[in-house]
Amino acid sequence: MKLFGYKLPMMSSLLIWAVLWEIVGQLDMTILLPPLSAILAKMIEIVPTTSFLSAFGVTARAFLVGTGFAVAIGIPVGVLMGKSVLIDRLLLPWVNMFLSAPLTALVPVLMVLFGIGEQTVIITTALFAIWIIVLDTRAGVKQISSSLVEMAHSFGASSFQAFFKIYIWAALPEILAGVRIGFIRAVKGVIIGQLLVSVVGFGRLFELYSANFLMEHFWALLLVLFFAAFTLAEGLGYLERKVDYYAASRAP
Amino acid sequence: MTSQGNTALKTTQDAPQSDIAVSVRNVSKIYGGAIHALNDMTLDFPRGQLTSLLGPSGCGKTTLLKIIGGLLDQTSGEILVNGKPVDGPGPDRAFVFQDFALMPWASVIRNVAFGLELRGVAKSEREAVAEKYIAAVGLSGFEKQYPHELSGGMRQRVGLARALSVNADVLLLDEPFSAVDEQTRRKFQEDLLALVENEKKTFIFVTHSIEEAVYVSDQIALLLARPSRVSEIIKPDIDRSISPDALRRDPVYLDTVERIWSSLRSYVE
Amino acid sequence: MDKHLTSAPALKVLSIIIVFCAWEYAGRIPVSPAFPTFLETMQGLWEITIDGSLLRAYPETLKPLILGVAISAVLGITIGVAIGLSFKVEWFASPIFVVMQSAPLAALIPLLVLAYGIGLTSKVMVVCIMAMPVIVLNSANAVRHTPTSIKEMGRSFLGSPMEIIFKIILPSAAPVIFAGLRLGVSAGFIGAILSELLITPTGIGDVITYNQAIAEYAKMYAAIFSIIVLAVVFLDVIEKIELTLFRPDKRVSA
Repeated sequence: MKLFGYKLPMMSSLLIWAVLWEIVGQLDMTILLPPLSAILAKMIEIVPTTSFLSAFGVTARAFLVGTGFAVAIGIPVGVLMGKSVLIDRLLLPWVNMFLSAPLTALVPVLMVLFGIGEQTVIITTALFAIWIIVLDTRAGVKQISSSLVEMAHSFGASSFQAFFKIYIWAALPEILAGVRIGFIRAVKGVIIGQLLVSVVGFGRLFELYSANFLMEHFWALLLVLFFAAFTLAEGLGYLERKVDYYAASRAP
Repeated sequence: MTSQGNTALKTTQDAPQSDIAVSVRNVSKIYGGAIHALNDMTLDFPRGQLTSLLGPSGCGKTTLLKIIGGLLDQTSGEILVNGKPVDGPGPDRAFVFQDFALMPWASVIRNVAFGLELRGVAKSEREAVAEKYIAAVGLSGFEKQYPHELSGGMRQRVGLARALSVNADVLLLDEPFSAVDEQTRRKFQEDLLALVENEKKTFIFVTHSIEEAVYVSDQIALLLARPSRVSEIIKPDIDRSISPDALRRDPVYLDTVERIWSSLRSYVE
Repeated sequence: MDKHLTSAPALKVLSIIIVFCAWEYAGRIPVSPAFPTFLETMQGLWEITIDGSLLRAYPETLKPLILGVAISAVLGITIGVAIGLSFKVEWFASPIFVVMQSAPLAALIPLLVLAYGIGLTSKVMVVCIMAMPVIVLNSANAVRHTPTSIKEMGRSFLGSPMEIIFKIILPSAAPVIFAGLRLGVSAGFIGAILSELLITPTGIGDVITYNQAIAEYAKMYAAIFSIIVLAVVFLDVIEKIELTLFRPDKRVSA
């Protein structure tokens, strides 16, 4: 969109929304929406506090461990499924099912089995992320053109060399796409896990703030979270674009 | 065979209705202030004949066609169709697209009747007209089929039937045969000749194939790029009453093709 | 290996059998006192079906889902199409939905509870915020990526802007819009279940939490099993409808 002939950058309309928010807040139209400026001030205030930092630490830990599991298990499984028709046919119905199933429903089961604590949150996170990672890795491996495989053989590459020098790179665009979406799902998973478990991390803080009607605190926390999630998504998107240059031109 | 400079006005007698169906006058098209797709082009298209715009990529032939069709605006200059200036698409011109532009969710008969549908013609009436032209392009029996069930050649015939159905004076064809295979393409060229004979319309035809242009055209405008301009008008003096296959071996045909090629060669090398 | 034994449907059945057997085995070890076997869970399922608690619960759970998805569909498609058609609208509205897509929207639930209490309204709102972003963005994408040549074709045959939108752009975008709806329903299910568990359990959430509280784990697992199966089957049906209505082979760009 152009204004006075200048092309406006993407996302710049968020500034307008921010201004609208400020106005609504200043007019005190609803107790639920404090002015944006007050929220931003509160953000600066609470981020360095120990309660925030420990909550953030718990969340980050759960996130990293959860996604770590999802990647460490998901990618090999996806590779196996891409290479073996038998394993693929056995596992694919389940992967597809869990991809679209409301995994949230499983959290009560996890709470019963693993207790009300960090463990449950970690497993929730891993469960949210793993299915798309498996699926996209599988897709990446399946599309490796047979002529690349033949080329590797004809130049005498060992299995090890072939895997690390060729196959990983050939499948990388899809794998990265899967990991990016997996990470975004993991963020949702870690939050849902914490909301349901509600005695750890951000879940506990949200509970605390809403119970005490600390709206500015609540929004400050929310915005920090949203911002972190968005930055993560964009960062991964950037990485993905870096390998995109060869993604489209791979031989069919 | 004759060739002339920039403008071609080959009328043997003056008629009350001008023999020039489309007149391009000093038309320029500039993109972003710097890219000259067309540069002060002047050209006339005689009524009832097929004129080709032939030239290498980038010479502006499709741009000119779209400007005549009203799908693009020129930066300067004017286009007159039947004496009236062009201002956007109109009922006097119909376009045939290079990639067919069919609606994949609609049947053949709906696609062909689409031009009439947009004009508010009643369903039974427009379907009757559509059926007539479906038969004219040789697709009888395929009315209820969908584009995905047809071959490339058949899809283009649907596009052609659609353009014929609206009964426009001027038919604009944008490399209509480039997306089909060679055999189908030859058949199309032969069919096009018959069509030009039977339908008293003016055809403007964009192509980059020299043989194709010489085969079907009453006159060929050779367009060159950088800057884009008309370099020659050529009227192939071929006797088209001979058989289509014999036509492709006719000495005049072959000579004309060679002549054009040597003209263009210096621009390719 | 015999061809029939390794065919896709046969292996699908085989894998289901394997998983259920593993479940049964894990329950018998037992993995945990709170881990019923597969057969115990199935019996629990039977019990909560015949005592009516399941049949009472589902309408309660599905109410916010259906309402929420319906509202999201109407609003979402309208906004999405508008975004696809107009650069101005895109500049103004699309960043919000792009941010919403990667954000953990579940975090907004406590806020909605504060605003709208613990009734149907807040549950419908939860479903809406979960479903809308994907519906909007899919619709916007579909409309914006309408092939240029058929739009041009519409103009060349003197279609008015309205005609081009309704006769060309929307039919062309329909398959992707519908796919967006399917993803929206999937997100809506998550929203419905979250509402049950976080706001107030009036439907299936009630069956789950009640049986959890009285340690009737078989029934608790059964309830969860049932909602997952329901969601998966429902989404599968939608996908089949999608394939029939918008058959992929019809989608060859002509």
